[in-house]
Amino acid sequence: MKVLYFAWIRERVGKAEETIDPPASVRTVSDLVAWLKERGEEYAYAFENQKVVRAALDRVHVRPETKIAGAREIALFPPMTGG
Amino acid sequence: MKVEIVDRPFDAATETAALSRGRTDIGAVVAFSGICRDSEDGAAIQSLTLEHYPGMAEAEIARHVEEAEARWPLFGVRVVHRVGRILPGETIVFVACASKHRQAAFEAAEFLMDYLKTRAPFWKKVEAANSANWVEAKDKDDDAAARWTKSKRDAAE
Repeated sequence: MKVLYFAWIRERVGKAEETIDPPASVRTVSDLVAWLKERGEEYAYAFENQKVVRAALDRVHVRPETKIAGAREIALFPPMTGG
Repeated sequence: MKVEIVDRPFDAATETAALSRGRTDIGAVVAFSGICRDSEDGAAIQSLTLEHYPGMAEAEIARHVEEAEARWPLFGVRVVHRVGRILPGETIVFVACASKHRQAAFEAAEFLMDYLKTRAPFWKKVEAANSANWVEAKDKDDDAAARWTKSKRDAAE
């Protein structure tokens, strides 16, 4: 699946997007964030405070406990500051 | 409805006029402009840069416009949101609602702004003389958006 990063999460990870292949044990958005943290220091830094990480699956806001199976695109970002 | 994301300055007055052009059934137009200021907490702002999630930003704004149109009797809605580098004095976001009587237009415009502040996937970075920092989301914006989910009297003038 494709994962997109925005704002300071994007800056800390060091890339705007990538394709990932998480194992079946990664079921929810919060499982995915915990799994990503293990990929390297930059990820651990980006996701150090999971409480501020927001997510969208296929361009719709979702809660951390939402299952990711079937989603083609997941976006991870900090709280929004538009408007 | 018209929802547009633009990467260069636009004119709020032109957008407002377009909403009611040629129509004589509209009795009320409420237009809001959110403008880039030149300072925050005493520190000078040189510019804002707005990042967004293309595809989701338009869809999310449109979803909220549809909700506004379902909740209030509106004759038209226009939303324009800038992205990219914005200078003090430039309009960041524009929301205009048209209706027969004023209550629907006022309430729908406020509802849309409260949601744009919290649910639309944009992120602001403030550039000053020696720094560039991401703006933090404010609790009071979340509180403002939350009040629309309590039962609130819809316009019925």
